[in-house]
Parts: sequence; structure tokens; C-alpha cells
Amino acid sequence: MSTMTETKATQPVNNNSSLGSRAFDTLNVVVLVGLALITVLPLLYVLAGSFAGEAEISSRPFFLWPEKFVTESYAYIFATDTFIRALLTTVVVTAVGTVVQLLLTFTMAYPLAKRYLPGRTLVLNLVIFTMVFSGGMIPTYLVVRDLGLLDSYWALILPLAINPFYLIIVKSFFQELPQALEEAARIDGCNEMGVFFKIVLPLSKPVIATFSLFYAVAIWNDYMSPLLYITDPGKWTLQILVRQLTSTDAATALSQMDRTWVPPEQGLKFAVVVIATLPILFFYPFLQKHFAKGVLIGSVKE
Amino acid sequence: MATDLAPPPPKAATKAKKRRAGKVPLRAALARYRWLYLMLLPGVAYFAIFKYLPMYGVTIAFQDFLPFLGYSGSPWVGFKHFEDLFSGPDFGRLMFNTLFLALLHIVIVFPAPIIVALMLNELRVSFVKRSVQSLIYIPHFLSWTIVASLTYLLFAADFGVISGWIRDLLGDTAKVDYMAQEEWFRPLIILQQLWKQTGWGTIIYLAALAGVDPNLYEAARMDGAGRFRQLWHVTLPAIRPTVVVMAILASGNLLDSGFEQIWLMTTSLNRSVADVFDTYVYYAGITQGAISYSTAVGLFKGVAGVILIFGSNWLAKRLGQRGLF
Repeated sequence: MSTMTETKATQPVNNNSSLGSRAFDTLNVVVLVGLALITVLPLLYVLAGSFAGEAEISSRPFFLWPEKFVTESYAYIFATDTFIRALLTTVVVTAVGTVVQLLLTFTMAYPLAKRYLPGRTLVLNLVIFTMVFSGGMIPTYLVVRDLGLLDSYWALILPLAINPFYLIIVKSFFQELPQALEEAARIDGCNEMGVFFKIVLPLSKPVIATFSLFYAVAIWNDYMSPLLYITDPGKWTLQILVRQLTSTDAATALSQMDRTWVPPEQGLKFAVVVIATLPILFFYPFLQKHFAKGVLIGSVKE
Repeated sequence: MATDLAPPPPKAATKAKKRRAGKVPLRAALARYRWLYLMLLPGVAYFAIFKYLPMYGVTIAFQDFLPFLGYSGSPWVGFKHFEDLFSGPDFGRLMFNTLFLALLHIVIVFPAPIIVALMLNELRVSFVKRSVQSLIYIPHFLSWTIVASLTYLLFAADFGVISGWIRDLLGDTAKVDYMAQEEWFRPLIILQQLWKQTGWGTIIYLAALAGVDPNLYEAARMDGAGRFRQLWHVTLPAIRPTVVVMAILASGNLLDSGFEQIWLMTTSLNRSVADVFDTYVYYAGITQGAISYSTAVGLFKGVAGVILIFGSNWLAKRLGQRGLF
């Protein structure tokens, strides 16, 4: 949890605090803590609600701890094929997609970091242009369709394989690396590919960690791609399922019409939101120290 | 993102011989840097296929595209689809909804992270500061689907916590489905954006604030500046370039309402206020199959975005700021 140590240095220190100054400080802390609470309380409420019974959800106004602990919603969700399939699909697509994205982004960023490479500026400008202008949803959809990727999991990965912003940040990071090590490896007979894999990548671990998180979160959270490219309900991702569950009748969306077991209609919605959120919150603390650093590399250099 | 695109100043040892590489013929360069070009290839292929092929694909905005005739065989119709769009019944509503949301965004959502960053910068207890930061970054990582579902769970007519509070506050007894109310659409969209993006948005401003030379504060204090004078004369000028860059980027996105968020909050009951260009392209193109027409709508939006970003960059420079490029 040691982010943003950088900002400490600039604290406007003030030794002779006036009354007004101290009043401001108190107010400042109160408002900021209030903001932090507004951020997390909805999440904690949903977590508590997912373990509460139907009656409690509809009768109690706000709670962070269920009166009676019920795991029925989770039991129901995990007993349905639809959910298990969506979860597995999302996990696999996220894992494979992140690897593909990292590989493509980092291998492209490395040559672009070499200022002596002929043609580099042209490629860079073409990349930057895509940040300003894009063909739009429909022409991209047609390309994906013509490639035969509709209803394929690759449609969730390939069209998003390189984020140009991340590419530029990684390129800037490579430019900052000390060249002496690379030079030494070259003299030892390594070709550029060898230098990249043996010297540069091991030096880039924090950046790799950062962009694994960003890419993984982007695929995990992606709603537009499955909406556009996946029509087969058997290939639904978790986000689509969450949407179906919370916007329609939950049990119908899970297509589990077992009449002997009446599902907790509202509880299901709480539980599925928790499940779709949890993996991200789980990795968040581990990667937090990296991403603060990684984002700064690219954005602060200004 | 305000990435510095210019290469850093050449290091002393950066080979003079390689400097000449720019002048070597293409084949010699290809042979010499074959590994680097090989590494470049997959990425270039990605941009060619998924970015530049669709850009070529916008030509169908000027055709009556028929899939079996393809890009080259479909009949050309000039600006017909654009005329249909501009004179059609939907354009006024789309433009109004899109610009209204953009205006609310600029007035409310854009300044929020600046204010919070300034407040965080004034915090003296670093434990509080770090904890607040760790918590307010979280929503950035949650999907719009989750945000929309959270909104539903909190604002649902029958069991929503917040809808209960609003009822108590207004003294209403009738259960209102806020998610389906036209007048609640825009407030909910802005609330969602504030909740999801404010915390993360502070990072870039905090980084700019971290770069302020502490001596400046020292000097200001020597001159008798109190805290608020320091804020006005030292802190604010320090983040102005960042604010300008972010404003230019934001202006390029004026017509981007954010497809996922709007789509997820649109119901059949609030379409009249919810329809924006982003979602309209989907309805027209994917749902109704008007391929050429929806491409024209998307192209109009894209070109307007380019004009806006270059225009605001020009304006920033005219006003004596550094600009983006």
C-alpha cells in the first residue's frame, strides 16, 4: 500500500497554523474520508446483500452485515451450467488475451524505442493517428465478420490486441532503459530478439505487471465486444451474464427452470455482481504499487 | 495521456554510425535491422488489419453497401446517407442529447478530479492520504456492467436503498423506478461517471503536483503567502499545463458519450433522452442492418472528433498554452 510517496515532497508545510487553516484541514479530511466512504459503501452493501435473505434485502434500508447469513444465492448460481460456462469462458479469454496483448505490445514497443531505426517515425505517426481517428464500430465489425471471427473467442481478443496509449508508454519506458546492458549483450553476439528477451524483458517486470493488470481488467470488463461479436448464448461472458441477470428475471437468464427450488430472485443479482467484481478487487492490492509507478512513467514525463 | 513523444536527448555514446542509418537504402536497412523489423511486424499487422482496414471501410458510408457486392462492387451514392442523417428526424435529438451529456461532463465530471487532487495535496497526514487514494481508485477497475448493476441494486423501485432514501426525503409514497425515468437518466449518468472516474482521474494531477519544486512554496512563504495564496500562486500554475492537455483530450471526445455506459442505462422508456450517436450507430447498424447509413453516422462523429481535438489544440496554443502537439 505504498503508493504515491512521490507526492510527499511537495506538501505545503505550514508551521504556524492559523485557526482558519486548521479548520480547513479538518474539513478537508472529513470531505475526503466521506468521498472514500461513498466509493466503497455501495460495494460493501452489495457484498452484505449477497449473503442476506430475500426478506432482509427488501425490508432493511441499508446494512453492512446480514442479520442471518444465507449462502443460497451462491449455491444456486454455482449450480447452473450457464454461470459456470460464462465464468470459465471469461477466465480463459482473459488469460489468453492478456498474454497475446502483452506479447504484441512489448514486441512492437521495443523496435519503436530505437531512434535509429529507419521508418520508425512513420509507424509511430500511424499509431498516433489511430488514437485520434478510428473507422468506427460498423467498419470494424465488418472486418471482424469478414475474418470469420463472429462467435469466436478471438473476436474478444484480437480487435483489442494493442492499446496505442499503452504502446506509447511502454515505448517511452524502453527508451529510458540504460543502453549499456543491451550494448554488452550485442557485443556478446546476441541478436536484437535475444537482447529483448534476455535483457530488456527481465528489466521490465514492474511495467509488465502494470500492463498485465490493465489489459486483464480491460478484457474481463469488456461488454461491447461480446455484445457485438458473440450471438451464441453458449458463449456468453460474465459481463453479458451480469447484464442479463440484473436487467431481466434472474432465474430465466440462468435458464434453470427447476421448479422444486425457487431461487432468491434479488439475492442472485447481488451475488453475481460480487462474483464479477471480486477477482479484480483480489488482485488490486498486489498490483497497486506497480500501477501507480507504471502510469507515472508514461504520463508524468511532460 | 500526455506522453512525451519526442525522443530524449541523445546520449553521448549513441553511435554516430547508426545516425547515418536513415540514409541507407531500404534493402540495406531491412537486412541490417531484420530482427527489429521482424519484431515490428505483428504489431504493424494488427494496426493494418484492425485499425486501418476499418478506416478504408468507411468508404461504404458513400455507398449503398451490399455484402455480396463487397467494398468495390457496391453502388456509390455520394453524400446521400449524410443528407439522410442531417435532415432525418433523429439528428436533432441525437445532437442535443450528446451535447447535453458532454456539457454536463465538462462542467461537473471534468473538474472533479482536479478539486480532489488539490484536496489530497493539502492533506498532511500521509496515512489518511494513502488510504483515501487506495479506496477511490477502486471503481476505475470495475466494468460499466457492474456500475450499471450497482445502480440498479441501489435505485431499484422495490428494494433499492437510495430510492428508499429519496422517497423519504421527498415524502413520496409511490415506488418510482428511477432507472426508467427520463428526468433521472442524466443525473444517474453523471453520478456514475463521478463515482467511477474521479478517483483515478486524480493520479495525473497528483503527479503534476509532485513535480512542484518545494523551494517555490518556501519562497512564497518568505514573501508572506498564506496557504491559500500558495495554492493560488504556486500550486494552480503548476497543474495548468496538465489541465490544458486533459481539456484538449476531453474536447476530442465531446461526441463520445461512452457506448457501454449509455447502452447499459438505456431502457425502452428513456430512449428520448438516452439516444446518443454512439448507441444510435449500434441500433441503426447492428440491430436494423443499415450498414452504410450507420457507418456514415460513425464517420460524422469521427471527423467531428478530429476537428475538435485539432481545433482545441490550436486554441490552447493561441491562448499561450503548450498544447498537445
